[in-house]
This record gives sequence, C-alpha cells and structure tokens, in this order.
Amino acid sequence: MCEINMLGYERNDNKIGLRNYLAIIPTVFCVNEVAEVVASQIPNSKPLLHTHGCCELKPDLERTTNILCGLINNPNVGGCLIISLGCEGVNNEELIQTANRAGKSSYCVILQKAGGMTKCVEACLEKIPEIQSQINASKRKKIELSDIVLGIKCGSSDATSGFAANPAVGSAVDILIAHEGSAIFGETTELIGAEHLLVNRCANNETRDSLVNIVKRMEEKIKRTGVDMRGSQPTPGNIYGGLTTIEEKSLGAISKSGTTQIQGVLEYGQTLLGHGLYVMDSPGKENEIMTGLASGGVNIIVFSTGGGAPQGFPIVPVIKVASNPQKTIIMKEHVDIDASTIINGVESVENVGRKIFTEICAVASGKKTKAELLGYDKTIGIYVDGPSI
Amino acid sequence: MYSTNMKKAIRINKQDNVATALNEFVPGDIAQVIDSDGTVSQIYVREAIPFGHKFAIDEINSGAVVIKYGEIIGMATGNIIRGYHVHTHNVVSQRGKSGGNSNV
Repeated sequence: MCEINMLGYERNDNKIGLRNYLAIIPTVFCVNEVAEVVASQIPNSKPLLHTHGCCELKPDLERTTNILCGLINNPNVGGCLIISLGCEGVNNEELIQTANRAGKSSYCVILQKAGGMTKCVEACLEKIPEIQSQINASKRKKIELSDIVLGIKCGSSDATSGFAANPAVGSAVDILIAHEGSAIFGETTELIGAEHLLVNRCANNETRDSLVNIVKRMEEKIKRTGVDMRGSQPTPGNIYGGLTTIEEKSLGAISKSGTTQIQGVLEYGQTLLGHGLYVMDSPGKENEIMTGLASGGVNIIVFSTGGGAPQGFPIVPVIKVASNPQKTIIMKEHVDIDASTIINGVESVENVGRKIFTEICAVASGKKTKAELLGYDKTIGIYVDGPSI
Repeated sequence: MYSTNMKKAIRINKQDNVATALNEFVPGDIAQVIDSDGTVSQIYVREAIPFGHKFAIDEINSGAVVIKYGEIIGMATGNIIRGYHVHTHNVVSQRGKSGGNSNV
C-alpha cells in the first residue's frame, strides 16, 4: 500500500528510531532551567522538562525514574544529556546505566558539583561534539512497516470525533496491524462505559482481566476522591461540543483503536515487548499519556481531535487528524489530515483511514508534522498517583 | 432521498433513540435524519440544537436509557419528547460516581 523510503536508526534492542534526537533530561524539576538553556544552544536536541523528581512519595519517585529511563530507551532518542541537581529523589545513576545498557552515548552533569548553572552549561557544551558524533554514527536500517510502533490518542473531542476522525484512525490502525506493525492506545478514563466492547476483542483471559481491572482501578481512584467525575469528564469543551456523558465519550473514543485483537495491557510507561495492538493504562491528559506512550517505545503518534488540540511531543512526531468541519478550517495550521470530509459526506471513513496510513508512512520517511514544523512539541508530563509532600 | 440544502442529522445505529445534528437547528426545523444504512426519516425539531448535539428521535421516559452507537450512554432524568435537545440537563451518566457500576 505504501513504502517507507528512509533508513531508520537501529537501536541495540532492535527497535527502530524514526528520528535521532539528543534528549536533554533533568532528573528533577529544579534543573529545568539548565536543560532549557543547554538545549537552546544545541541543534537537534530536545529538552524533556517535567515537574517531578523530588518531594513525592516513593512510588511516584520510582514512577518518575522509570518514565525517564523509558524516554532514554525510546528509539527516537540517539543519546542523552542528564542534568542532575545533586540532592533529588530520583537516582541519576539509574538513568546513566539505562543509557549505557541501551548503548546510547550519554553524559551526566550535577549542578551542585559543577558549581552552578554557568559551569554546568559549559560542561555540557564541551561534551556535546563527542555525543553528537556518536549520535550521528547511529546504525541505519531500512524501515519496515513492522518497525512502526504507533501511539494512538484523541483529544479535545467533540461529537464529530466519534464518527469521523476516531473511526478513520481506527481504520488506519487496522491497516498497520495487518502489515505487522504495532500500536498502543490508552486513556483508561475513556474506556469507562465501553469496556464491554473491548473485552470481546482481547486475545486471552489474562488480557481481558487486566483490561477490566485497569478500568475498575481508575473508576475507584476517581470515587475515592469523593468528587463526582461529572464536571471534569467529559470536559467543558467536550460538553460544549455535544458530548453528554463519559459513556458517550468513551464509545466514540474506542473506535480509534480499530477492530483487531488486543494482545495485552501495559502499565503506564511500560516498555512494549510484544507485537500487535496493546492498551496502556493512562489518563486522558494529553502530555501525560503521550509521555507514557513514548516511554513505552512508540516511535510515532496519531492524535485525533474534534475541537482542535494543537500539541505534539518532543521526541515523537505527532500526526493531527481533525474531525469538526468548522474547527478544521480555524485550526488549519495544526491539522495534518482533514477527516471532516466524512462529516460533509465527501469521503468515506475507509478513504480517510488510507490517507492517515499513507501519512504515517510519509512521516516515518522523514516528512515533518505540523507540530514539528511549528515547534509545538515542548510539553511532557509524568502521571503520578500521590501528593506532593 | 434528501436534498443537500436540507438540515441533516445522523442516527449512528438503528437502535439509537437520539440523532446527532450535522447542522444548527432552530425550533420548527424539519431534520432529515440519516441512518447508518442511508435511509432517511424526518423529525420535527422542537428546540434549538447546536451542531454536534443530540435530539430525541423517540419518546424517552424518565429513568429510561439513552442509546447512541447502539449502546447505553446514560439515563434520562425526565421525560424527553421527540425533537427535544438531549444533553447534560436531562441525561445523567451511570459511571465514575458513587453507586456507578462496571458494565462487565
């Protein structure tokens, strides 16, 4: 159906990068400024600024460490600079070891040892030529469709999402899976009310049980707060766009996963080891699910939207598929694929699905997405359970 | 068949008791409701319905389920007459709140 005409970046774990970035990773929010200044002086680098790494309960510190390690392991990352403060909760050694195990060049600088921001930045810049030359020497290999690990997300949904962009994305996912590619979708909150349809697609009992469990766990977590989910899910934007209940939102959302068998359920940020279609436990919050997907190893994301969600992701190209005819025009500069033609009766879901699949191949071949061209790709987010303390 | 200048709505599944507006409706409009198999029926719209919002295509009694995609999307909190707006003011979710249960 379509060929990917590019050499990808072959990593030690046999995963294929579609991009080859230097990731600049603060171990803790306290050194975000340093990471940002360093990144501004290095082409092809991506600062992964976040708000965690200290003053949190142990499970959340472990979560943060695991996610940062997952991002280092992402196939689109060729090497990394690790910026540490020196007194944080996250263990920078684990990040360095992760990079070493992945065979990715890395360098860690500790602000409190270097003697402040200026010296820290100088130390990073001094080390850059060596790291860059190793990144540029990454092994290359022709990209096969089976090397694609697609993240699937919908955001700023409205009533059109459920019968235009989402089913069209689902149709593209079906084509990818038929070509032995892999895909991960999530947004556990948006499985609520639709899980009875998904369990029928699970490959085995273990997957079925896990899927039911993550939905129950999410619903219990919401109930424990004592606050009714109505009022925040569906979001005010969803309600304005015609979505009345979480069940309605979920039923529209799951169509983006297509129709194929679900092979397994991943915890938030867990590395995908298998092949085929998977579910990842994750919230609907855009930056947090995309961070989880990237940590899990997706090398490209398709993101459908009704009202016009603009965001991309620092180390993973994000293809935007728009659904609402009016919003598609207004938000044109953020839209890669127009699925509103389905609403207007001009195109079928299958036609737009094929267009999305062709775009996945084009972006894998190096075409830049709107979010990449605009630089609308700065925000990551780590999903944690506990309070700041 | 329907003419292209008629105001349209879509019923996604034959079992649905609501249709989704593909135009803005004002009270008194006749909606051409397109079914998934392409058949068209007409509904007299009794309230303003914004684009993307739902209106009842059957009478929905208080406490009865509201169906879209052939699935339950919530419960009516009052009687909803054919042609009236169906949204957060007269439909309530059964999930994510105390007493709500999984459907598996």
